[in-house]
Order: sequence, then C-alpha cells, then structure tokens
Amino acid sequence: MPAAPYARSGAPPVSTGRRVRNGAWWGLCAAGFGLVAVPVVWVIAYVVTKAAASWSWSIFTKPVGATYQGLLNTIEGTFLMMVGVALIAGVIGIGTGIWLSEVAKPGALRSILRGASEVLSGIPSIVLGYVGYLALVVNLHWGYSLLPALITLSFLVVPYIAKATELALSQVPLAYREGGEALGMRRTHVLGRIVLRSAIPGISTGLILALAISVGETAPLLYTAGFTSGYWDGAFLGPAATSQMPYLTYATWTFYQVPTTQFKNALPLSFDAALLLMVLVLGLILLARLVVRLTQKYSPERATGISRAALRAAKANRLGSARAAPQA
Amino acid sequence: MSTPDTAPPRPTPAPATSDGSVYLRGNGRALDWATRLLALLPFAALAAILVVLFYEALPAIRFNGFGFLVNRVWSVGSTYGGVSKAGGVLHPFGAKYGAWPIIAGTLETALIAMVVGLPLALGAAVILVEKMPPQLASVAGLVLEVLAGVPSVVIGLWGLLTFGPWMARNIYPAVHAIPIPFLHNQPVGTGEGLLTAGLVLAAMIVPIVAATTRDLLRSVPVATKEGALALGMTDSEAFWSVQARWVRTGVVGAAVLGLGRALGETIAVALCTGSVLQIAQSIFSTTGTIASTVVSQLDSSQSDPTGLAVKSLAEAALVLFLITLLVNVVARMIVRRSARGAALPVGAGF
Repeated sequence: MPAAPYARSGAPPVSTGRRVRNGAWWGLCAAGFGLVAVPVVWVIAYVVTKAAASWSWSIFTKPVGATYQGLLNTIEGTFLMMVGVALIAGVIGIGTGIWLSEVAKPGALRSILRGASEVLSGIPSIVLGYVGYLALVVNLHWGYSLLPALITLSFLVVPYIAKATELALSQVPLAYREGGEALGMRRTHVLGRIVLRSAIPGISTGLILALAISVGETAPLLYTAGFTSGYWDGAFLGPAATSQMPYLTYATWTFYQVPTTQFKNALPLSFDAALLLMVLVLGLILLARLVVRLTQKYSPERATGISRAALRAAKANRLGSARAAPQA
Repeated sequence: MSTPDTAPPRPTPAPATSDGSVYLRGNGRALDWATRLLALLPFAALAAILVVLFYEALPAIRFNGFGFLVNRVWSVGSTYGGVSKAGGVLHPFGAKYGAWPIIAGTLETALIAMVVGLPLALGAAVILVEKMPPQLASVAGLVLEVLAGVPSVVIGLWGLLTFGPWMARNIYPAVHAIPIPFLHNQPVGTGEGLLTAGLVLAAMIVPIVAATTRDLLRSVPVATKEGALALGMTDSEAFWSVQARWVRTGVVGAAVLGLGRALGETIAVALCTGSVLQIAQSIFSTTGTIASTVVSQLDSSQSDPTGLAVKSLAEAALVLFLITLLVNVVARMIVRRSARGAALPVGAGF
C-alpha cells in the first residue's frame, strides 16, 4: 500500500530529536533492504560472468559423457522430472486443496490434515531424500532411478500446491456457488464449471512456483535419482546404471570439484548448469507473476466496472474488521 | 482474503432423497472420497517419514544409546577389520557415533543466520510496505522472490568460490579484531567455515521472514495508522506503536519458520562449512551440520558391511526431523494464532 502523504500543516512542530530518530529508523530499514539486494545481484552477476567466460552452445547438443562435453542429458532429466512432479504433485496437491476448501467440514480432521501438509513443507529436503533412499531405493529395491526421485520431489512441493489451491478456492465468492446451486447444478458441476475455473489463476501460480522449487532442489535427488553421464534409458525403475537420472543441479554440485588439469570443461559446465537453473527458475517466477497480472486485468470485478481502488479499499476494510474482532 | 475456518456452507438442498442429499449422489460422492484420499497423503507421508526413520535407526539407537547426543567422535570403525557384536548389533571394530559436533554445528549456523538475517528481513519488509510506491514495491518483491528462488546449490557454489574467500580477505580480519573469545585473534582461514555458512543461510531465510512480515504489515488497517499520525506521531513512532504491535506475534512465528529452514538447509551449508565432523574452534573454522553430514557421509557409509553407518545417519536424520518438526509446529501455532489465513508456507504463492 502506498504511503499516504499525510499533511502536517497546522500540526505542532516536531522536535529535532524525534525528526532525527525518525530519519534514522527509515534509513536503517532501507539499509536492510539494500543488504538483502546485495547477494541477489552478486549471485546473478557472478554466475552470468562465469558462465559467459567460457560459453559454448554445444552444451545443448551433447551429453555430459566421459569427457564433460555438454549438458543435454541433464537438461532432459530436469525437464522430465518437472513434468513428472507437475503430474504427481499437481494431482495430490490440487486434490488436497479442494478437499480442504470445498469438501471437508470444519473440524479436527481438517485441522490435522491441513497442519500435516504445512508441517511437511518445513521438513528439511535432505530428510525427505534420505527417507526416499532408505524406503524406496534400498528396501523396495527400486535402485537409483526416476520413480523414487519423482515421489520424493513431489512430496516436497505438494504442500505448496495444496496451500495455493486452498487459498485460491477460498477467494472465490460464495455467491458464485450459490448461483450455481440456484440454477440446480450438481455440486460437482458447480465445483468444476464455476469454482475451479475462477480459481485457475491462483492454482496455476502455485503450481508454477512449486515447479520452480523442484527444479532447484539437489538434496532430495542425490540419493534417489543417482546420476549417469549418458542419456536416461527410459526405465522408471533401476537397478541398471543407465536408469539413473541425470539432472542440472547435480552438475553444479559436483563438476566444480573435477580437477581442471584432467577435464578442463568440467568447471565451466558447473557454471553453465547454474546459469541454466537460474534462467529456468527466474522464468518460472516471472511466468507466475504474468499469470497473476493477466488475470487481474481480466478479472470479473474489472469487467463489471468496479475500480481497483474501490476493491482495495473494500478489501482493506474487510480485513480490518475481521482482524480487529478477535483482538477486541 | 477469507479466513480458512469459514468454509463455504454445504448445500442443503430442498428435494431430499433417501440419503438426505441430492448433491452427494454419484459423482459428488466419488469426488469426496477421491479428494479425501489425496488429502490424507501429506499426513501419510509425514507419518511414513517418522516410521521409516525410526525403524531404520533402531539398531543404531540401541548401539549408540543416549551418548549419541553428547559424544564427540563419529567413526565408522575399521571397515576392513573384523566385526563384533554389542547389544545385539553387529558393528565394525572401533565404530563409535557421537552427533554432538554436528548438532552443535547445526545450532551455531542457524544462530548466526538468525542474528544476521532477521534484522535485514524485517527492515526490508518494513521499508517495502511503508515507504515504497507500488511499482517499486513490486520490483522489490521480485528481488525477494528471486532470492527465495535461487537454487541452494547455486548460492552454495557462490558462497564457497567467491563470497567466502572475499569475506575472508576483506571483512573477517575486522571481525577477528573484535574482543570476543570465539572471534578474537582466531585464524581467519580461507572463508570456508561456520561464519560463511551462517551468512549464506541468513540470505536464504530472509525471503521467508520478509515475505510473511510484508503480508502481515499489509493487513494492518489504514485507519489505525491514520489515528496514530493524527495524534502527531512521526511515522516511525506510529510504526512502533501501531504496526509493530499489530504484527509482532506473527513476526515471531515467521522468524521461527525461518529458523526451521536454517536448521534443515543442506546443500548450501554442505558447500560452505567444509562439511567436516568436528566442533568449530572459532567462528571461522570448518564444521558440519546434521543435514550436511547426511549428504557428505552417505557415500562412505555404504562401505560399512554391517550397515550400522547408514543406520546411524538415519538416527542423525531422525534427530533433525524431530527438531524441525517441533520448530515448525510451534511456528505454525504462533502464526495461526496471530494471522488467520495469512499465506503460509511462504516463499511460494505470494
């Protein structure tokens, strides 16, 4: 919300001490933001300059291979896992969100399941990865392969999708549901044709951001996906060495350690993979923002002529009264 | 934004059938069951994590006893020598597992991250909400989102190869001059170690804390701020007497959430701490955390023929799981109480 220009004309003069303290406070806050921006700029600049210094387009045409020639197989693997996570985590997350928002009655079960989903999002990714390794790779004898990696990665991002879905659904006005019912629509139709459709922007934003998270993960994959320097052989389960999944974060995680005297391409590949990861993640974040912006532009409120300012005021008001109530 | 506890009312249709509702017939019922099954999965996953870790760690728990939490030596033993049995558990000669160094490393890195990251995150959120015009705030929000989105392996590589060494050359000598025992006159090293890892972690928890704080600050009603200003307060005084009080519980919750992230972060810490199994002698020396140890030790643990090394790592992971579980439950209880319906988990969705 913009800082309103509060007029001070006629107000008693503010003492110098208070004025200084005021300035110092906002100066400190601004410095805080400045320091936060430093690593962002530094990381991006570092990765871009390092990758550009020895850039070669052949990373898109050759696999890692025995001599660190390219990244094509890791790019393939990362995209494949993105699709798999979108399918598995998408179904589980959206289903969970629908149940939490539309189906479940308020009560203990709903609180517990929602709480479990939220707590799951706070579990360290290495714990998930290690459990995936112990349970799926070792005990079920699946070996390092695509399926254990996908399952582990999916449960890492399910809570984000569930939360986004629940939030998006809860923001669909009640009147939409009532209107559908009044027309005699069945509940599934109301949900599918009206409620879910209005929530699509929010759900897809959540899904996109969940994919951005999954693309950048390393810890849950190290001991579930394994790694192969060649192309993936198409098998969902191991134990063949060629069924292991190559992926981009692994290249960044390990290739920088390869002695440059032996393979001079390895270190640059580490930075190339880092750059690709950054581009991918940034692209997904911007895509999510674009979805939000476009849907705001064509939202029903806008079409019916209610100005955004009026909407914001109404929202602030509602929030204000809703928040004030429990405190009073 | 509606609160999560005001669910849309369930339709109570007029033409009641034998089961009381036309809406729950056919597809509707299938939908109910399908979504309920899906909603059970996150809970099942959480339970499965606990069961699998506990089951796998059980031999290690029996072998290591309570000493696991306080002993300082972590040794797989002689994997080429003989095998003996203690307490019904097969183990190589000389096997000994004490997790205190990595527990301490976990707590120390998280502490540094909180001390450095928290003020920065709060300052950034405050200036973003209170002083920035909407367009600039949107760009600033993007900066936070990007920081949240940078893969931890990329930020770790940056911390290891350029940030750490730069700090060791230019900043750490000044830190080392501060007369505090853990800092004073300690060898600064190469920039790989506790302090670098803590600072990198600080950068990683900032987006979590800042995004939650931003959303909380935005939910403060305008009228209360205007009231404070109308009384003649400067806007920083108004901030401290209105907004700060309004959001403080939620900010504590957000901070604890950030702590949970700092305790469990793996890859960046594994790259920046040096990932060794020892207690840091100074703030500059190399150390390891539970998470980084699981990543760095699993390869060599697989060579233990008795499997005890892998199981001891499971015990370490169990300890980490229980710590983060506790931290998260506490954080979410605080956040839920203070801001019903605020967007969590943060970093995504907003």
